[in-house]
Amino acid sequence: MYGRKVKLRFFFVLSIFVILVLSIFLVLKSLEENVVYFKSPSEIKNSPEFQKNKLRVGGMVKKNSILINSDEINFIVTDFKNEINVIYTGVVPNLFEEGKGVVAEGYLKDRNFFIASKILAKHDENYMPPEVKAAMEGK
Amino acid sequence: MFKYFNPNKVFFITSKAPKYVLILFIIVFTIGLIESLILSPEDYKQSHSVRIMYVHVPAAWITLGIFSTITLFSVFGYIFKNPNFFLISKSLAPSGFIFNIIALVTGSIWGKPTWGTWWAWDARITSMLILALFYGIYLLAWRIYQTQDQAFKVTTIITILGIINIPIIKYSVDWWNTLHQPASINILSKSSIHESMLFPLIIMTAAFALFSLLIFLMKYNTELIKIKNKGLDRL
Repeated sequence: MYGRKVKLRFFFVLSIFVILVLSIFLVLKSLEENVVYFKSPSEIKNSPEFQKNKLRVGGMVKKNSILINSDEINFIVTDFKNEINVIYTGVVPNLFEEGKGVVAEGYLKDRNFFIASKILAKHDENYMPPEVKAAMEGK
Repeated sequence: MFKYFNPNKVFFITSKAPKYVLILFIIVFTIGLIESLILSPEDYKQSHSVRIMYVHVPAAWITLGIFSTITLFSVFGYIFKNPNFFLISKSLAPSGFIFNIIALVTGSIWGKPTWGTWWAWDARITSMLILALFYGIYLLAWRIYQTQDQAFKVTTIITILGIINIPIIKYSVDWWNTLHQPASINILSKSSIHESMLFPLIIMTAAFALFSLLIFLMKYNTELIKIKNKGLDRL
């Protein structure tokens, strides 16, 4: 019902689109290492080579692991399989808390110790009023 | 079907519509502001800074929606050689661009007190910045290419390139580790945002959508008047 040219243009656009999707997919697949913002403790422990350059490690702050000294903060980042100790000097963001997400940027001292130069809080997707939260915890 | 998109007929409606849309926008926006700034509760964790969400999230939704619409109209305009579709695309772009900038700026303002940084090169934020660049290039292309045919082709190519970015923005938080949190609102499952906060979010989205519609109608009318002044009977 449509002319030949219309069909031609349709398939032209479609083929461009398919080729683009494929190429973008392949590019992202090969760049995955760089697209991820942080690595989990497991990935760091299981990586074959020791990473000397700056990197970010992310996970949950382990419960009861925050130790605040006069000049530094110690805590454990966990992904519930592996853990890594983090040492940090400086100000932490408001949402930095035990049992919540965190991303630390810095250098590995060894496979168990991480010296952070920057701490970012990674908050979750849950939003609710305080009363609801209190009611949920009361259950 | 396309005869209903005849600009001469459409202009009767679009020239009268803006004032009604404006009134509706003012009403909905006022309700949205009262809901989001006063009536909605504070968050258990973020307290009052959660209110940035009522601007940030709707702006991001609208900008994604507008870019998808632009692409749809451009591609259909290209396939069926319908110049009116291109005018619709062109008129939609500015408000999409503005909401993209708003989403980036409010995200940055929100990021500082919550994450502890203004900017992070994580997948969600970077892909959103790329979308802003696409909007910029798209708007520039309309200015640079003076002849209609060239502008139609170039802008279509830009939208097809840019549309690939939309699913990347949407699913970036699920595919990769990002600093940005995953989506709170899901069509299929229960959303992880409390109803008392969901309601102002929806009202604000409606208000922003109406604002985009208003700007679109104004831009579109300008384009139609330009064509009439050139003495062209139809596109």
